[in-house]
Formats: sequence, structure tokens, C-alpha cells
Amino acid sequence: MSLSRADRQLAVLLRGCALLAAALVLLILLFLLKESWPVLQHIALIRFVTDASWHPVEGLYKLTPMLSATCYSTLGAVLLATPLGIASALFSRYYAPSLLAGCYRRLIELLAGIPSVVCGFWGLTTLAPLIGHLHPPGVSLLTGILVLTLMILPTVALTADSALAAVPAAYLRGAAALGLSRWGLIIGITLPAARSGITAGVMLAAGRAIGETMAMLMVAGNVVQQPHSLFDSVRTLTANIALEMAYATGDHRAALFVSGLALMFTVLLLVGTAELISRKRRYV
Amino acid sequence: MFKNALATMLIWLTAMMVSGVFVWLLSDILIPGLTHLSWAFLAEAPTNAGRSGGIGPIIISTLLILLVAMLTATPLSLATAVLLSEFTQHDSVVGRLVRGSLDVLAGVPSIVFGLFGNAFFCIYLGLGFSILSGGLTLACMVLPILIRTAEQGLQSAPNDYRLAAAALGMSRSATLVHLLLPSAAPALIAGLMLGIGRAVAETAALAFTSGYVDRMPDSLFDSGRALSVHIYDLSMNVAGGDTNAYSSALVLILLLLIINSVAMSLAKQWLHGSVVAYE
Amino acid sequence: MKKLGIVVALIVLIGAVWGFWRTKPNDAKIEKLVLTGSSTIAPLAAEIGKRFESLHSNVRVDVQTGGSSRGVSDARAGLADIGMASRALKDDEKDLLGFTVALDGISVILNKANPVQSLNKQQIIDIYTGKIINWKEVGGNDAPITVVNKAEGRSTLELFLHYFGLKNTDVKPHVVIGDNQQGIKTVVGNPDAIGYVSVGTAEYGAGQGVAIKLLPLEGIAASVENVRNRSFPLSRPLNLVTRTEPVGIVKDFIEFASSTQINDLIEAQYFVPVAR
Repeated sequence: MSLSRADRQLAVLLRGCALLAAALVLLILLFLLKESWPVLQHIALIRFVTDASWHPVEGLYKLTPMLSATCYSTLGAVLLATPLGIASALFSRYYAPSLLAGCYRRLIELLAGIPSVVCGFWGLTTLAPLIGHLHPPGVSLLTGILVLTLMILPTVALTADSALAAVPAAYLRGAAALGLSRWGLIIGITLPAARSGITAGVMLAAGRAIGETMAMLMVAGNVVQQPHSLFDSVRTLTANIALEMAYATGDHRAALFVSGLALMFTVLLLVGTAELISRKRRYV
Repeated sequence: MFKNALATMLIWLTAMMVSGVFVWLLSDILIPGLTHLSWAFLAEAPTNAGRSGGIGPIIISTLLILLVAMLTATPLSLATAVLLSEFTQHDSVVGRLVRGSLDVLAGVPSIVFGLFGNAFFCIYLGLGFSILSGGLTLACMVLPILIRTAEQGLQSAPNDYRLAAAALGMSRSATLVHLLLPSAAPALIAGLMLGIGRAVAETAALAFTSGYVDRMPDSLFDSGRALSVHIYDLSMNVAGGDTNAYSSALVLILLLLIINSVAMSLAKQWLHGSVVAYE
Repeated sequence: MKKLGIVVALIVLIGAVWGFWRTKPNDAKIEKLVLTGSSTIAPLAAEIGKRFESLHSNVRVDVQTGGSSRGVSDARAGLADIGMASRALKDDEKDLLGFTVALDGISVILNKANPVQSLNKQQIIDIYTGKIINWKEVGGNDAPITVVNKAEGRSTLELFLHYFGLKNTDVKPHVVIGDNQQGIKTVVGNPDAIGYVSVGTAEYGAGQGVAIKLLPLEGIAASVENVRNRSFPLSRPLNLVTRTEPVGIVKDFIEFASSTQINDLIEAQYFVPVAR
């Protein structure tokens, strides 16, 4: 379709804006590289995996336990939040009377705005002691996962909600005409139709979960160790940066930025994998 | 039949559990905060490291930061979303590059954004610790949220609209303004709510960019403490700041309610002047 | 009509933004003093700054956080007029000048419900290195000890390790915390926890009924009073750091902060004033 001149100008403008977003990521990556350069110059990259532990003041830089903590907590949170969020969206769209649905949606929107420090605070003072009764010390991977789920659920719920709203009414009427039950309609028609919207929401939520700093700092325990059970205290890469940045100098500080880089690469990996999976399914 | 009943029950159960937990969280914050809330609290400046006095200047700073962030991010995200959905093939290099970058951006930790914002906006661009730096950093953070939801909304607009508009000889921009954007309204609004929520909730990024000063800002170039930073300081840094931390959290939630309602009605009104029936 | 409403709203918006955008008329008289650094000192510095501003009408004191190392590097690079560091200056920072304005003691704390009343130095060392793992070994309940340690690089940690002759690799913590309040809340939430935080904050909390108690160190009670009369052995200095000999407004501020005029502010933050 050939574009009028105004439309072509619009296209140029839009392309500029879009490339700005891509440029931002590049800038952040460059920034991280620049700040971690001092330590990368004389510490071999392999040491970040093979050193005995994370004690930067004594020259030990093992990152892997924190990497696994980040991965486990994100995985756990996404696994919990996705079904809960989709169920919430289904509830407010198809199951609840409209007044209740409106209130519920408002509640979820409010929760999207609760500061991470408040969620973390609540987790530390209310949730952690409860879990501590089950199994000390209370601040643990499990607490972290639960608080993270709470924080990313609004993202999944709200995006799923708008994805469901975009399903054409014709589909719903057709299903009713065919005598499908409500659940049959949802599982067979609505959810597949809303799939790309829901996936976008889950990706955003996963991003938020990986990047969450303050709340994980307060409730996950912050001990650098490979988690062997849900009740172990763990430290995520983000909490590590926040915890030690205030007092870190020289190589220690640069090593913290290396953990930032590790995080970025994990995210890149996640995004790349998601891309590959979604591409395969497109032609189904 | 059985599956249907089971599904209904599970979904109601989920909704009740989720709202139960959220009400629990909210009441844990709101009830202690209610006792200290007053008009004076909302208007006065903080004294005694925030343990007495009010949070007036802090509310103003927060609103200004939010304004800067949303005014910068919204046009940029709409433009990018339109490009991704209307002007590029789904599989094209530009499309995949931009979409991929956005997903990566969504995963950058808030503290890295804070440090980056400090290095780029405060130091490199010379804005110093200011509301402007804070707002611009926040804009970077909410960009992925706004763009992805807007893009999803636009993509779900039926192709019939586009074909009919082309048949009528409408230009692409006219099609966008009168048909596509209004039909994407629920997604745009959802994105806006999420973006505002994220912006208000952000702590680490703002502590390094808009700063710690709790004075009433004279201009956008002044440093101003955001509400979330104030709550963090009171609950985690200052001994005896807990009570005011709760009250500030309560104010933040009320503020969010108001902002959300205003934003939603503004958006609805703007998008309502359209050809498409919006439910 | 609707369109008019939108246009009006936009105009109001632009007006408000413009109203805030105008930078102050360039008064050479308004001097700005920027302090950055430790978030421990920041609330105190902000309060001192406010009192300073009330005495000097042409000065604005801006306090920013970012951590002690940020404070030191900003002072060195000239990005801040004064840096705040909640620790003594290190060997490679001897090119800078430090002015101690207050002291902050460190106390070991237990949950109030813990029957143990005191621990000697060796017991604390054994608990922190994992040799003693149950409270019953030191006269308490039969419960596993939850060891709370501070994050690496923090001055409180370094002082603690130095006093007990430990290295951080020796310590086997169950929980690691950052700020004092996080430490207090962790110990409150766990009846079998042991940790260490600033004396002032702990004393204040205990006085407010927070469920913690302070352990005496080598027989000397952990209290702000004992830090003040220097009988309590564990404390850290709160320093203001400058790159060069302070002149002008910086000098005035540092003198003000080191004077007895602001002792009440220091005490309000539960630190110990240095000036008598």
C-alpha cells in the first residue's frame, strides 16, 4: 500500500521514536560496561563462577549462587502469578457482576502502585515471622517468591484483562450459538484469541520480577548461598547491588556492576528464548 | 458440565484469595496510618527528620515527577506502539529489535536505572539531582509497559477497520486517530494505569536522581523527595519514623486512587470522540 | 464543549509546568551547599542544614544520599561540597579531610523473649562462626540460633569483625541485612535471632516497646550514655569529608555542625555528640 506524503513523514517520525527505545538499552549496557571495566581488567571472567564465595573485600567474586537465586525467585513468582492473574482477569470479565468486577479491577490497579518498599516492609514484618514459625529463619526464598508474586500479579491481571476485552464479540456470540459452556468458551476460544496479549503481560511481569530490588532486599534473607530448599535464605543479584553499593569502593563497586551485567545477559537470554518459542508457535 | 462448575468455583476462589491477601496488606498499612492523617499532615513540611510535621512538599514533588514522566513517556510510547503495530511487518528486523529491546528494558533492575539515571541525566546532561532527572528516568522505566500494552491494543483492532478506511481513501493518520486508537482504548488505559502505578511505586531509581531534599521545589530543576523515597527513609533509616511511614503510605494510596480516576476519565473522554462504540 | 474542556485543561497544565519551570532569578546571593553520602548521616545532616538555613537566609543546603563511598568520591571529585561518611577514612583516603561530628555505638541485640541475658566475647565469636548453633548451649531455649550479619563493606560490619578478631569469610550468617531498621525488624520477627545494630536506634526502639533487648559488652551496658562517656568499647565516627581545607560557607557549616549548638539534633537522631 503506497503511503501519502504525510504518512511517510509520520513513518519517519515514528521510526525515530522507536529507535530511541532501542538506543536506551544500548546506553544502559554501555554504562554497565564502563563501570565494571576496572575489575574486568584484572579479574578473569571465569573467576566470577569459580571463586570460593562472594566476599569482594577479600577478593572473592563468586556470582553463581546469586544468579540461581534470581532465576528461582523469578520462576517461582511467574509460575504463581500467571494463573492467578489470568484467573483474576477472567473473574472480572466473565464471572463477576459488573459492580464487583469494577471494584476488583480498581483493587488490582491500586496494588500496581504499592511501592516496593511497602510490600517489602509488609513481607518483613508480617509474612516472614509467619513463615519463620514453619521453618526458621523466616526470610527466605519462599517469602521472596510470595512477595514478588504479589507485586507482579497486577501486571498480569491488567494486561490479561485488556487482552480479554479485545476478543471480538462475534466469537462470543458464535460460541453461545453453538451451545458452548462458559468454561468451554474460555478454554477453547477466548484464551487462545487473547494469547499474544497475555504473553506480553507475562513478559512484562517477568521483567519486573527479575528487576525487583527493594522488596527482595528486605524479605529474601540476603545470604549468598545456593538455595537447596524453599526455606533457605538467598540473595538476588539486584538485592546484592542495592545492599553493597552504598559502601563499595574500587574493585568491589565494579564487581557489583558486573553482577548488573550478568543480570542484563540473563534478561537477554530470557527474551531471546521467548522470541524463539513464540516464533515456532506462530504457524500453528 | 462438571468442568464448568469446577472452573467457576476455582475462579471465584482465586478472586477471593487474591482480594483477601490484598485487603490484608492494605489494612496492615492503612489502619496504623489513619490515626495520624490530617489536613495539617498533607500541607505542612516535614520536621524532625520527617517524624513530625507533614508531607506537603513531598506530595508536590511526587506529582511533578509523575507529570514529567507521563508527559514524556506517553507520546513517545504511543508513537513507538503505532510504528510497531501499523508500519512494520511483525517479523521485520526493526520490529524484532525494538520489541526485544523493550523486553530487556522491562527487566533492568530499578537500582541500575537509578545509577544509570544519575550518571546520564544528573551528571552527563548536567541536570543534577532534580525533579526533571527523576521524571526522565521514570519515563525510561515505564516506556516498555506503555508501549507493549498499546501495541497489543492496536494489534487487536479488527483488520476490517483498516481495510474499510483504505477503501474510503482515509490517510493512515486519520485511520489511527478516529478508528484504531479508540478501539484500542481498554489496552491503552490498562497500560496507563500500570505505568502510573509503576512510576509512583518506584523508590531506588528516584533516590539517586530526584534526590532526598524535602523542601518545596521552586522549579523542575530543584531536587525533590518523592513519596516512596520518604516512606523508605522513614521506615528503614530513621528511628521512630514508622508511624509517619504508615501515614505517608496511606496518602500515597489515596493519591494513586485519585490520579487513576482522573487519568482514566481523561483518557476515556479523549478516546470517546470516536466512530467506534466503546463498551 | 468537550473539546473546550480539554483545551482549557491543557492550558492550565502548560501554565503550571511553565510556572514551575522558571528558574530562580539568578541571585548571586543564594549560595547552595551540597552534601552527599551516607544515608545514616543524611537525616541528621538535613536537620542541621535546616537549622543552618534559618540562621543564614541566603544559603540553601541540599542533602543527597548514595552511601558513604559515594560521599567520599563526590567530595574528592568536587561533585559535592561536603561528603558524608559513616566510617573512619581509609588509608587511601588520607588526601581528604574528615571532621567527626558524632559517634554511633554498636550493640548486639536479642529478641526480648529470649531468656539469655548476656554473652561473653568468646560466645559471640562462636555463635557467629557457627560453632554454637543452639541457644541451649549458652543457657537459653532449645532452639537453633538465627545469626544476623551486616552486608559486606559496611562500617558497622568492619568494626564488629575487628573487635571480635574475625574475617567476614569466617562468619556463617543465616540472614544478612543492610540498614539498622531492617536488622531490628528481623530480630523482632524471629525469637531466636541475634544481630547487631546502632546503639542509639536499638535503645530508642527498646524504649518504645519494640521487642528487642541490648546485650552488654564485656560487662558494660550498651547505652548511648556509655558511648558518650567512652566506656562502651564499640563505636564508629560519623564524618563530614572535604577535599581541601574548608573555606567560606563550607567552613561555617562544618563549624556549626561541630558545635554544641546542634547537640540536640544529634541526640534526636540517637547518635552521640562529640562536642561537649
